[in-house]
Amino acid sequence: MVRRIAILTLTSALALACNKDKGEGGGEKGGEGKGEGKVTAETGTAGEKSGAGAAGIRIGVLTDMSGLYADLSGEGSVEAAKMAVEEAGGKVAGKTIEVISADHRNKPDVGSAVARRWLENEGVDVIVDVPTSSVALAVNELTRAQNKVFIASGPASADLTGKACSPNTVHWTYDTWALANGTGGEVVRSGGKTWFFITADYAFGQALERDVTKVVTEAGGKVLGGVKHPLNNTDFSSFLMQAQGSKAQVIGLANAGGDTINTIKQAAEFGLGKSGQKLAGLLVFISDVHALGLDVAGGLMLTTAFYWDHDDGTREWSKKFAARHDGKMPTMVQAGVYAGVRHYLKAVAEAGDESDGRKVVEAMKKIPTDDPLFGKGTIDANGRKRHPVYLYQVKTKDESKAPWDYYKLVREIPADQAFNDPAKTGCSLVAGAAAPADAKGAADAKGDAKGAADAKGDAKGDAKSGTK
Amino acid sequence: MSSVVLSQLLLGLINGSFYALLSLGLALIFGLMKIVNFAHGALYMLGALLAWLMLEKLGLGYGWALLLSPLVIGGLSALVEIGLIRRLRHLDPLYGLLLTFGLALLIQALAVMKYGTSGQPYPVPKFLVGADNLGFMILPRYRMWVITASIVVCLAVWAVIEKTRLGSTLRAAAENPRLLEAFGVSVPRLVTATYAFGGALAAFAGVLAAPMQQVRPLMGVDIIIVVFAVVTVGGLGSIGGSIITGFALGIAEGFT
Repeated sequence: MVRRIAILTLTSALALACNKDKGEGGGEKGGEGKGEGKVTAETGTAGEKSGAGAAGIRIGVLTDMSGLYADLSGEGSVEAAKMAVEEAGGKVAGKTIEVISADHRNKPDVGSAVARRWLENEGVDVIVDVPTSSVALAVNELTRAQNKVFIASGPASADLTGKACSPNTVHWTYDTWALANGTGGEVVRSGGKTWFFITADYAFGQALERDVTKVVTEAGGKVLGGVKHPLNNTDFSSFLMQAQGSKAQVIGLANAGGDTINTIKQAAEFGLGKSGQKLAGLLVFISDVHALGLDVAGGLMLTTAFYWDHDDGTREWSKKFAARHDGKMPTMVQAGVYAGVRHYLKAVAEAGDESDGRKVVEAMKKIPTDDPLFGKGTIDANGRKRHPVYLYQVKTKDESKAPWDYYKLVREIPADQAFNDPAKTGCSLVAGAAAPADAKGAADAKGDAKGAADAKGDAKGDAKSGTK
Repeated sequence: MSSVVLSQLLLGLINGSFYALLSLGLALIFGLMKIVNFAHGALYMLGALLAWLMLEKLGLGYGWALLLSPLVIGGLSALVEIGLIRRLRHLDPLYGLLLTFGLALLIQALAVMKYGTSGQPYPVPKFLVGADNLGFMILPRYRMWVITASIVVCLAVWAVIEKTRLGSTLRAAAENPRLLEAFGVSVPRLVTATYAFGGALAAFAGVLAAPMQQVRPLMGVDIIIVVFAVVTVGGLGSIGGSIITGFALGIAEGFT
């Protein structure tokens, strides 16, 4: 009997462990039950669509609903997409617009299973957001193969507009190149010459470490070492010890969301700042700052493409957003979802037809972008959306005058310097660019996407339906 | 070199403290009830969340949290035992496992809905702020306290179970509940008390963990998987085994 229970316990623990990254059974299990009924209704519409050929445009928000990135994207991203649709009057070119969403649990297999189902069976025309670069790279291949549109706001990897670039993808908000150039460049210029990295061990962390290393070495700095941690880690003390032991002037955090929050918090506990070492959070969102509190986060430098309190336009929209989202101000990812969907709808109106994804993306690149959150901008040939990014410093408790009054501007990096020169990205879409040395990134992502076919059953019923 | 070994050893002990505290409660519950309490991680999380709520809403500090949070969660656990788990006593242990698993998912999902996944900051209590240079490493005072508190509690529980009359009654209830009832001991009451105490231990660990990490709805699930392995390796239901395995695993992790 005891043996039997031991076996049961271990198998259940294993099941739990497999669930772990997706942010724990809880969230999505509850969601599943709730979603199920709506999914049926949804499939009904999809059927109608393929049958009648008329119906509407479907926007699929694929995001992290329950894991460590849920607060910086998640429900807020869905809300942002809905706001863009409502502003367009719920209709474009005479067609109704519908927003649906699903949880990809930060797993490439789950994410691509959902994306495949959406694109093949449920008539989704555009997939938006997709935080977690590994999932985004898989979705990037699927939308290319199915000739649909992918508007990436959540993921960071600059490979999306580099060696894995696609004529069906627009990378909206930020990328690892911009972060490296922003925070990394600023820290090196202000004297931080020797670096040690604490890196999240997957596509995003590796890309960010690579891009920052390049900036640091080009500026004459040196990387003394680094350590990789699994995604969604809780205890960073032994990594921090190694960082401390390296005697590097700067400890670069190439991680995000919950991982960054815990690293910064524990670094404060170990007194890392006091020993003269400087912490550089390479990707910090306003949701992270909010969760850490200004006691701990005050003084941090960060690079962001959007801050709610930047000008009248951002303030007005953000207050509207907060009113619908539990009083939480939008992150740059959520802002990017809104602006991306808004521009997509304009492009559909221009192209007149949403079914040919490549054509819609061409239209997106042709029309200059203009929205209250990112201002006027353009989209490069490789799919990179170009706008200014900003270097901010987090205010201390005394400087902050109101709730969510968190940042002060250090410097604006103008649009032409904020992102990499398309010709240097290795993207095959850019005329005159050197042919990409290898299509390995793309190939990797393809492999992921393939593996995902097996996971199809697993992700069924995850979709949650929104309205309009 | 030796300073690296020493510092990793200490860091391992800190993680081991949590493993030991949590597996101790699990082993107690399993020993008496033959139920694998999958809700343990959720109770740990609730303990931390309650500490944060007390600070935020009532202004009660760390000391109060350390005292009250286990009491409240213990009470809650007692209700769960009386209201739900007791009803499954005569069924296959699988049902108890499913019930507690479901409870864990439910509690976590509710917490995520209410508080999001980034968590809430809980400050290190004022009298434990700061870090001491031990020569081979800089150790935050709070972590020193965590190791001490955990070792003291573990030893105390072990002593009660192994050396006192109450402990022998508990062990007798695990061995042969019917015979014990014949001696006039109310076994159901003993079972409720044990489950409540296990829950209280989890909540205590949760309060200890709160200042070291964010108070997040998912904190329980991140740690509980390891703890299950600890309990199994320590010999299901063995108190001493769980404590020793907990600390040993923490140290092993530190070195790898």
